[in-house]
Amino acid sequence: MNIVVCLKQTFDTETKISLNSDGKINEVGVTRAINPYDEFAVEEGLRLKEKFGGEVVIVSVGTEKVQESIRTALAMGADKGVLVQDPALEKADEWVVAEVLAKAISQLPYDIILAGRIAVDDQSAQVAVRVAEAMNLPSVSSILELQAEESKATATREIDGGTEIIEVPLPAVFTAQKGLNEPRYPNMMGIMKAKSKELKVMSLADLGFTEAPAPKTSEPVFSLPGSRKAGIKIQGEPADSVRELVRLLTEEAKVV
Amino acid sequence: MNFDLTDDHIMMKKMVRDFAEAEAGPGAEERDENEEFPMELWKKCGQLGLAGITFPEKYGGVGADYLSYSIIIEELSRVDASLGVTVSAHSSLCANPIYLFGTEEQKQKYLVPLATGEKLGAFGLTESNAGSDAKGTQTTAVREGDEYVINGSKIFITNGYYADTYVITAQMDKSKGNKGIAAFIIEKGMPGFSFGKKEKKMGIRSSATYELVFENLRIPAENLLGEEGQGFKIAMTTLDYGRIGIASQALGIAQGAYENALNYSKERVQFGKTLAEMEVIQFKLADMATEIEAARLLVYQACHMATMKRPVSKYSAMAKVYASEVANRVTTQAVQIFGGYGYTRDYPVERMMRDAKITEIYEGTSEIQRIVIAANILKEQ
Repeated sequence: MNIVVCLKQTFDTETKISLNSDGKINEVGVTRAINPYDEFAVEEGLRLKEKFGGEVVIVSVGTEKVQESIRTALAMGADKGVLVQDPALEKADEWVVAEVLAKAISQLPYDIILAGRIAVDDQSAQVAVRVAEAMNLPSVSSILELQAEESKATATREIDGGTEIIEVPLPAVFTAQKGLNEPRYPNMMGIMKAKSKELKVMSLADLGFTEAPAPKTSEPVFSLPGSRKAGIKIQGEPADSVRELVRLLTEEAKVV
Repeated sequence: MNFDLTDDHIMMKKMVRDFAEAEAGPGAEERDENEEFPMELWKKCGQLGLAGITFPEKYGGVGADYLSYSIIIEELSRVDASLGVTVSAHSSLCANPIYLFGTEEQKQKYLVPLATGEKLGAFGLTESNAGSDAKGTQTTAVREGDEYVINGSKIFITNGYYADTYVITAQMDKSKGNKGIAAFIIEKGMPGFSFGKKEKKMGIRSSATYELVFENLRIPAENLLGEEGQGFKIAMTTLDYGRIGIASQALGIAQGAYENALNYSKERVQFGKTLAEMEVIQFKLADMATEIEAARLLVYQACHMATMKRPVSKYSAMAKVYASEVANRVTTQAVQIFGGYGYTRDYPVERMMRDAKITEIYEGTSEIQRIVIAANILKEQ
C-alpha cells in the first residue's frame, strides 16, 4: 500500500509570534516544527505501512527550511520526501498549494493520501480537501480512526456531537484529527538513517507547470489580536450584585 | 572550528528533549520522593536507541558519536538526573568496557543486548575500603579449572539490583597491587551473586544504588574481561570515558535549574517589578548562563577527543570537574532566586540542588579529577 502524507512546516506552537513594522511575521528566532496535525498523518501512514507494506512518501510545499521537517518525518520512518520549492510560490495561497500538491502527488504511486485536519498557523483547513477535489478523489476529514483494506477504507470522523463512519473506495484522501494516534518519537537509528533517504527538491517546472498558478487571495498585512480588556468585578451584597450581574448580561453584554 | 551542531545533533536534541519533557518530567518529583527506579522510562529509552549510542550497528548500537551521547545525557538530566545517570552508567560503565576490552564472543553475548536496551548494565569497582583508591580492592577472584571463584562485595553500585549485566573488578594477586586486579562480566541470577544494602541517598533518589555481594560466585573462565591483571587499567579507561557522561549529566542539571530560575524570575514580582528586572538577579542569571556555556564547551571538547579516538583522560576530567562544580553553583543560585519556595519540594530546583552534589563525587571525586588533570599536564612537560 502506497501512502502519501502532505506535510506543512509551521511555527512551533510555543513560539511567540511578533510582527515587523511592515505587518509581516518576524521570522528571526522562531523555531519551526511539523504541523502537529500532520504529525498524526505521518504516524498513521507509518502504521499503515507497517501493516500492509509499501512506502510512505512525504510531500510538502515551502522553502528550504521545510527540509528539516521532512527529515524529521523520514527519521520517524517515512521512506522518501518531495519538497516543491520555487520562488514563484512565495505568495501561494491554499488554492495554489493544493494545485501544486495535487500535481506532485499524481506523479507518485498512491492508495491513501493523508494530511492534518488543519495547520496550526493560519488554520484554514482547506488544502487537503482541495487536493482531493483537484485529483477527483473522495475525501474524509477529521478522522479519529482508519481501517484500510485492499481497495476500500472505513474512517470514523468527528462531527458535532458524535462520530460518523464513512466507507470510501481507495484511493482517497483523509485528514487527521487529534486522537487518531499518538505520534512516535523519531528514534536514534531513524535520525542517523534519515539523511541517506531520498529527499527530492522540485521546482514548478520540474512538475510540469509552464507558469506558476496565480493565487486567488492575498495577505496584505497581519496584525496581532488586541489585548483583552480586564473583566468587571461586581462587589456588594449578594442580592444587589446578582441584580447588577443580570443587568450587565442583558443590557451590556446582551447575551441573555 | 565550528560551533554549530549538525542537523543530526539538532534532531537528536529535540527528540530527547520532547521525550524527556513529555515522559520523564511529569513523574520525576514523585519518583524522587518514593525512590522509585525509572524502569518503564529506561525501556522507552532503549526503544528510542538511547542505550547504545556510541557503539557500532553490528553490536546493536546506533554508531553515533560522543557528542550525540553527551547531548542525550544532558537532555535527560535536564529533566530527570536519575534517569540521566541510569542511561549513562549503563552505557559508559558497563557496555563500553565490554566494547573496548571484550572478545568478539563477549560482545555478541553481552554488548548486543545492552546496546539495544534489552538488558540493563552496571559496573562494580567501589568497595568499602576501595573508593578513590582502587588498590584497596578486597574482593578476590581465584582461578579454579575452567572457572573463577569470586568472593567479596561492592558498594554504591548504580543500577544495582535492576541491571542484568555487571562488569566488576576483583583482586587476584594482592602482592601486585593494582596490577593484580582483573575485570569480569557477571550476570544477575548467577548462584553466589546477591544484593545487599540499598542506599538511601540525598539526591538522584530514583536511581538505584545497591551493594553487590559475591559468595563463592563461580563464573566461567570466558567471562574474564581483558586479561588477568588488566582490571585496573580497564576500570581507569572506563572512567576516562564515563566522565563524559557525568559531565553531561551535570550540565543537564545546571541547564534545567537555570531555565527554571530564568522563567521564575520573569514572573515573580517583588517591590513592584519582576525579579528579572532587578540587577542583583540579572547578575546571578548572567553568571549562571556564562558558566553553563563554558562547561558545555569543555564537555563538547572532551566528546570530540573521544570521537576522534585521541587521549581523552585530561579533557574528560576537566569537563567533569568543571561541569559538576558549575552544576552545584548554578543549582544553589537557582534555589536562591526562588527564595523560600526554592527550598520546598513544590519546585524542581530543590531536587536539582540535591541531585547536583553527587556529580562532584561519583566516577571520581573533584579531588581525583584534579589529580588526573595534574598527572596529565605534568606528563606533557
